[in-house]
Amino acid sequence: MGKNKPEDREYDVVNKSLTKVDGKALVNGKPVFAGDYEYRDGLVAGILSSPKAHAEIVNIDTSKAKKVDGVVSILHHGNVDRAPHTTAGQGYPEPSPYDAYIFDNRVRYVGDRVAAVAGESREAVNEGLSKIDVEYRELDPVFDPKKSRDTTVLIHDEEDSTGIYDPERNIAANVDIEIGDPEKVISQSDVVVEEKCRTQFAQHTPIEPHVTTAYLDEHDRLIVKTSTQVPFHVRRILAQVLEVPISRIRVIKPRIGGGFGVKQEFMLEDITSLFALRTGRPVTMYYSREEEFISSRCRHPMEVEVTLGADKEGKLEAIKMKVLSNTGAYGTHSLTVLSNVGSKTLPLYNEASDLHFFGDAVYTNLPVPGAYRGYGAPQGYFPLEFAMEKLAEKVGKDPIEIRKLNHIREGETSPIFEKLGEGKEGTVQYINSCRLDECIDRGAREIGWKLRDEKQASNPHRKKGFGMAINMQGSGIPLIDMAAARLKLNEDGSFNLYVGATDLGTGSDTVLSQIAAEVLGVELDDIIVYSSDTDFTPFDSGAYASSTTYVSGNAVRKAAEKAKDRIVEVFAKRYDEDPEEITWTRGIIKGANNERSLQEFALSLTSGDMETNQEQIEVTASEVPEESPPPFAANFVELEVDIRTGEIDLQRYVSAVDCGTAINPNLAEGQMEGAIVNGIGYALTEEMEFNESGRMTNPSFFNYKVPNTEDIPEIKVILVESSEPTGPMGAKSVGEIGINGPIPAIANAVRDATGIELTTPPFTPEKVWKKMKAERDKA
Amino acid sequence: MKVEFELNGKEQKFDVKPGEVLLDLLRDNGCKSVKRGCETGDCGACMVLVNGRAMTSCTLFAAQVDGKEIRTVEGMEDNLTDQLKQFMLEAGAVQCGFCTPGVLISAYSLLTHNKNPSEEEIKAALDGNLCRCTGYVKQIDAIKETADSIGGSSDGKK
Repeated sequence: MGKNKPEDREYDVVNKSLTKVDGKALVNGKPVFAGDYEYRDGLVAGILSSPKAHAEIVNIDTSKAKKVDGVVSILHHGNVDRAPHTTAGQGYPEPSPYDAYIFDNRVRYVGDRVAAVAGESREAVNEGLSKIDVEYRELDPVFDPKKSRDTTVLIHDEEDSTGIYDPERNIAANVDIEIGDPEKVISQSDVVVEEKCRTQFAQHTPIEPHVTTAYLDEHDRLIVKTSTQVPFHVRRILAQVLEVPISRIRVIKPRIGGGFGVKQEFMLEDITSLFALRTGRPVTMYYSREEEFISSRCRHPMEVEVTLGADKEGKLEAIKMKVLSNTGAYGTHSLTVLSNVGSKTLPLYNEASDLHFFGDAVYTNLPVPGAYRGYGAPQGYFPLEFAMEKLAEKVGKDPIEIRKLNHIREGETSPIFEKLGEGKEGTVQYINSCRLDECIDRGAREIGWKLRDEKQASNPHRKKGFGMAINMQGSGIPLIDMAAARLKLNEDGSFNLYVGATDLGTGSDTVLSQIAAEVLGVELDDIIVYSSDTDFTPFDSGAYASSTTYVSGNAVRKAAEKAKDRIVEVFAKRYDEDPEEITWTRGIIKGANNERSLQEFALSLTSGDMETNQEQIEVTASEVPEESPPPFAANFVELEVDIRTGEIDLQRYVSAVDCGTAINPNLAEGQMEGAIVNGIGYALTEEMEFNESGRMTNPSFFNYKVPNTEDIPEIKVILVESSEPTGPMGAKSVGEIGINGPIPAIANAVRDATGIELTTPPFTPEKVWKKMKAERDKA
Repeated sequence: MKVEFELNGKEQKFDVKPGEVLLDLLRDNGCKSVKRGCETGDCGACMVLVNGRAMTSCTLFAAQVDGKEIRTVEGMEDNLTDQLKQFMLEAGAVQCGFCTPGVLISAYSLLTHNKNPSEEEIKAALDGNLCRCTGYVKQIDAIKETADSIGGSSDGKK
């Protein structure tokens, strides 16, 4: 049992479900999103996307389009520098290959960029786009990732791409990590379980599609207001591709209408900026829902094979995991998502000493996967947790017991932490906080695990099943990403908090304000937070890799401690007090002979009262994490399968999560609930489908089924708080982990109910019915 | 074409282009709470009240609402709206907030016609509002709590 339980200490602001600091503006429908701002003399822009999966652009004729009334500017490969880059929106130097171009004379998937038009109105833009004549020379496409490595068709044989693992074999990225001799160990293991699962193309579908406006300010600096998770990376990549100094660019992140990883990508910023620079006018562009599906980013489909070797008690000895990841037409996040399939799953079962993790991310002429909540972990957890279930059966143990026997605990480590990082070696890490056993116990109690054999299906045509899965994730990327925060004291004792951290709807502005208020002994209302504007806030890598609460939170904690120290120093100097003797309790600064409220002192700080000690107190602190403490979760499912139709009726979903201290329990639960429902969609209904030409055939909410209110089971999230010693007030992350559970927990429950093995989500009634029929036919 | 309707309590005249959808007209006239999420009537982010009923403004031509009464979140100021907003905030039903105006419209429409909705009725009323952040749990809670507060018991018993 983990000993790092939440501290007994009572917090004043932290660990409270306070309402979101930006909530009022949002419920009042204020114009706070990137697409809500109006610009005088503004233009709109649109993209002509490729109807071909793989082709060379032989000729592009814009003469008719230019004549369209209201068309102002047209961009294509003939009038824009290629500027090799990656759209991944990662920290510099990026681990993704530079294989993307603003425009290229080659298209690599249906939906790839061909040209863009800026005009006075949407009608003019659409007419302009329709009048661009493009002559294509079609090339053979590759759609099957299994054939991609052994075909003569090369997707990235251009000379100026760099960082591709093996362009001659269409391999964007490769990982091969071996610890010990797993082959040998498995050959001698008492019990061996092999499992192979294949996951599908799925899309993030933030309800706000990508939207960006670029304009020049009065000094001709480029200002980009955009729906991004990574404003600082966007500024750097813009500078790179436009060959404009970073100092000439300002990127502003307003409120964001959801991201889930898709807004980590550098997406519309280059085109809108080029138009703004060429026309001198503000240019706004947004993706339609269809474009968001096809031309933005999606999740890497994968085939993952797992082999477990265990002794007859079920203690793991070795794990082999082989991955084939489909990275579509471009290699953005190809290496890091691939790495994460192993690095976020294998350490969970550190009982296995001998490990082999290997695989390729290969190019195909299909849409482009990128970062998506979970980031490879869901694809790895599916076969791993499916295999664990079978291992339990083989050694005659309860699924709970088999996990408890093998999972990592406080004070332990895994060699994977060191060997497998974000596209390079990782860092040694010991687990400081882990209450996974309690997560398992409390989740099991809530779902009624012990009584599961006694529960009956609701009618004779149905079969009832229970399933479980455990997971971990990380909290940021150690020794790579960083965050900074700045605090400025105002005359009434309030503080401006400036963070580069990017609230994309998660509530991080609120969580970070709570951390600052706690340290400074003020109310939440006394913190005025301003996030993510490259001109005004300090650097932050951005909102990805479950980093904000842990990494940016620590930056805020440090800045608040620094501000407090500075206030004490100035107070001591002014009143001739010993700084060691000064105490700071909620809002009161007290020395041996003097006492001031923070308010009084703040007012005096910039007045004659302070004589020559007048000072604007303002501090900045940076945080570079040395570890990435994993949150842990245990997930339980109760469902019924209709044996006549194959329909899965998901009835209850319980997830108990150890996220350290929940800075805001309500918001932490919300992260879990949202991730669970997102994962349920991934498990049951969501799949991007393609025809034989590589065109997505269901790019709409009508045909791509995202769960709505009618599709959700009864969901119960249990926060099992621990205290992570390296986290701000004991916090770890909670943004992604929830999406790892649904596929394996549901697959295990369906197997429990029916005996069938589902290995290819989404688990549609048709697939379930066919599997059941095949089983019946066999019998 | 001239179209005349009541927008947020004020009788207004608009010159509309043929084929102009209500979503664009409203956003162009300052109602930015009406969000563009799909333009096919599937996500509900653009919902407005048309004569008190929640409808997606992306699937209505501006000309279709001639003579009608349109209300957006900008023009909702009564007690029910205030309570809904407050309970949404307190329940944690607002994450990114992009779907929130549409959810408010659906919930408002439900609670004006049914002060005492069951959980099934709440789910049915919100089934046209997609949300990718919350998983709906806290949205449903907020609506139950609002119903309790305005006098129903939200146990579905009439």
